[in-house]
Amino acid sequence: MIETPGIAALFVMLAAVAVAVARQRNLFGVVVLTGTYSFLMATALAALDAADVAMTEAAVGAGISTVLFLGALNLVGSLESKPMERPWIPLVLSLFTGMLLVYGTYGLPAFSDPHAPIHTHVVPRYLQEGLAETGVPNIVTAVLASYRGYDTLGETTVVFTAGIGVITLLRRRRKKKEEGGS
Amino acid sequence: MSVAGHFGYWATVFLMMAGLFIVISRGNLVKKLVGLSIFQSSVYLLYIVPGKLVGGTVPIVGEGFTVYSNPLPHVLILTAIVVGVATLALGLAIVVRIREAYGTIEEDDLLAADARAD
Repeated sequence: MIETPGIAALFVMLAAVAVAVARQRNLFGVVVLTGTYSFLMATALAALDAADVAMTEAAVGAGISTVLFLGALNLVGSLESKPMERPWIPLVLSLFTGMLLVYGTYGLPAFSDPHAPIHTHVVPRYLQEGLAETGVPNIVTAVLASYRGYDTLGETTVVFTAGIGVITLLRRRRKKKEEGGS
Repeated sequence: MSVAGHFGYWATVFLMMAGLFIVISRGNLVKKLVGLSIFQSSVYLLYIVPGKLVGGTVPIVGEGFTVYSNPLPHVLILTAIVVGVATLALGLAIVVRIREAYGTIEEDDLLAADARAD
């Protein structure tokens, strides 16, 4: 089976880019590496059969997020972060939390186990009845827009609220600039 | 308990901890937000990896396919990605405002400025 080693290789590349992000101090470099990370994540998601998520991650994660970061860097005007002081406390804390989480994974079912609870509840019904009930062959779309439509409504509310927040924050800024100019 | 069976979870945990480390060790606010988005995307893997079935296909119903990977985590993570970029935009807007009010986005300089103001 070529599938599993390919996915594992993508995970290793993701980990390498994450380490590079942590070490990089130039903020422009960090943003470019984050874009690389998002594209690798999109590839890994495509390899994990999540086509819709991969497309969204490539468009939103690698596209819009990178543009947002670059725009913010332009406004902030600082391109270098300070070197770390005392990196040991966060490192030990992360390692300890990581070990606890790895211990936790021993209670989870193995990768690609068809008898895992995630594959035996709710989802078989979506896969069998989804096409007949909603008329959409893509089950992800059927669940998103029909079975769990309220989730999507909630999501829209969150995005709307965040949009209002951004406009409020940046409008105060523009007003101030106008006052300062006149 | 095989290495192959849990490698995906361990990779997820590694990315999660890399994100956590960046958030708590770096004082630069933009760097913190980058760490936060790495942490967040590790959660995508936490959801998607258990849903994958080796030999399965993308959950689009078609003739000739019987094994599909689990579509439910895909739906939840689609929502998470969009909400994630919304919160990122809000976070960056706050960073821009902080930079204008304080002239810096380094955490210790901000705390020093606050201490001076008191």
